[in-house]
Amino acid sequence: MTAIRIPPVLRASTDGAKHVTIEGSTVREVIDRLVAAYPGTAGQLRTPDGELNRFVNVFVNGTDVRHLQALDTPVGDRDEVVLLPAMAGG
Amino acid sequence: MTTELVEPNATAARDADAPASAATNRIRGFVCRNCGRPEAFGLAYVCSACFGPLEIDYDLASISIDRATIAARGPAIWRYLELLPVDAPPARGLVVGSSPLLQADRLADRLGVDRLLLKDDTRNPTLSFKDRAVAVAAANAPRLGITTLACASTGNLAAATAATAAAIGLPSFVFVPSTVEPGKIRHALAYGATVVPIDGTYDDVNRLCIEVADELGWGFVNVNLRPYYAEGSKTLAFEIAEQLGWRTPDVIVAPIASGALFTKLAKGFRELAAVGLIEERPVRFVGAQAAGCSPVARAWASGGEVEPIRTPDTFVHSLAIGSPADGRYVIEVLDSNEGSVEAVSDDETAQAIRDTARLEGVFVEPAGGVTVAAVSAARRRGVIRDGDEVVALVTGNGLKTPDAFEHGLDVAPATGNRPGLAPVLPPNFSSFERWLQA
Repeated sequence: MTAIRIPPVLRASTDGAKHVTIEGSTVREVIDRLVAAYPGTAGQLRTPDGELNRFVNVFVNGTDVRHLQALDTPVGDRDEVVLLPAMAGG
Repeated sequence: MTTELVEPNATAARDADAPASAATNRIRGFVCRNCGRPEAFGLAYVCSACFGPLEIDYDLASISIDRATIAARGPAIWRYLELLPVDAPPARGLVVGSSPLLQADRLADRLGVDRLLLKDDTRNPTLSFKDRAVAVAAANAPRLGITTLACASTGNLAAATAATAAAIGLPSFVFVPSTVEPGKIRHALAYGATVVPIDGTYDDVNRLCIEVADELGWGFVNVNLRPYYAEGSKTLAFEIAEQLGWRTPDVIVAPIASGALFTKLAKGFRELAAVGLIEERPVRFVGAQAAGCSPVARAWASGGEVEPIRTPDTFVHSLAIGSPADGRYVIEVLDSNEGSVEAVSDDETAQAIRDTARLEGVFVEPAGGVTVAAVSAARRRGVIRDGDEVVALVTGNGLKTPDAFEHGLDVAPATGNRPGLAPVLPPNFSSFERWLQA
């Protein structure tokens, strides 16, 4: 099971949960199952054609998945996936 | 510098009938920049529907402001109050803005442009333009119940946040990459901040700060106060237009880190035109990035998306944001005019710092060097044309980063014919004369 940290802006769609644990071998699978478990997150996390919303950044153990294998980045039991708004500004 | 504002505009604008909330009849609330969904004013920064960034939604048609009214007000950013998300100038804070627009003829000759003006924002209270943005964020802090001011900083924002927090009487936490220049850390410490160095890049710091802001509710000026903060940068556009006699220049050259400054300059000019203070005419925008961290320049050159840079490799730490939040909006600004984004090497930056200091008497930090070097690059590219009036924004003071000046220099001791640091001499004229004539 992979731990996912839910940002406050999504918690209304996860019944207030800050963390959820979900089975899956890649970031894509984990997000797919998160959306299946909490359909209210779909509009925020996904584009209409099923891709990851460009305003969502996904980190695995602190590393942006765009620097790894994007949604195909493998995840396992000891990994933490963090979903955050794309917001970097000096 | 803790300051009770007493300038005339403070009195003029702090009317008895000023509304208690920042949402006034001239401000509708927030609007999502991505999907256009309205959101209520508050401590929010992300659209609850699409995660897009929120910005202030002004009802520009309802705003009535004229040049004479502004001219009658005192200096500092609150002279443009009607176009900022505040009810009235705050009772406490730093006196920010109204920096000079300097004619830079000698530097223009060196760079090969016909007319160059430097917007010298090295002169703000903490020596960078960040004081503008923090002032607007902090002015909203009491209304939002903020009890701790904080930021994720590449350096300049640290001191701006720390000093502003000191002036309004709040504790501050500033998070910086541990590689930031020591002088910038000491500067923030001087104002009583808690400085938290992070073993990582700016983007790592930023990610952590989003989580801290979400969990602890502190007011991070550039995270959860960002919709207010970003508006402060518009005041540079307002001042430039006013200083030019209420018009825009042909070309604006500005540094790009997150891209917020760049896009807010464009927004500032648009709003001035919308309320009738200037006539709308095309401005070419030139963005300046360090070649060692130039995700926006790459995207502009390739016509593709802004791809993040994992490990910035440049001494221009204040621009070293590998994943710029407003990068895509910079490209949108450029799509509507004939500008460019220039990527400048560290050697060119260091030379531009020296040229600006030695030809104009203005000592800029590396981001200013990048900007000045980008003037030259944009001229070579043809974006800057014969006869153009160019305004370049130098946004930070070189005293913050003195080592950058010497980058690539062979630092030989001075002689009578070569400027530099002379050896220690005895205090008598004959010794001095011998050294001078050697």
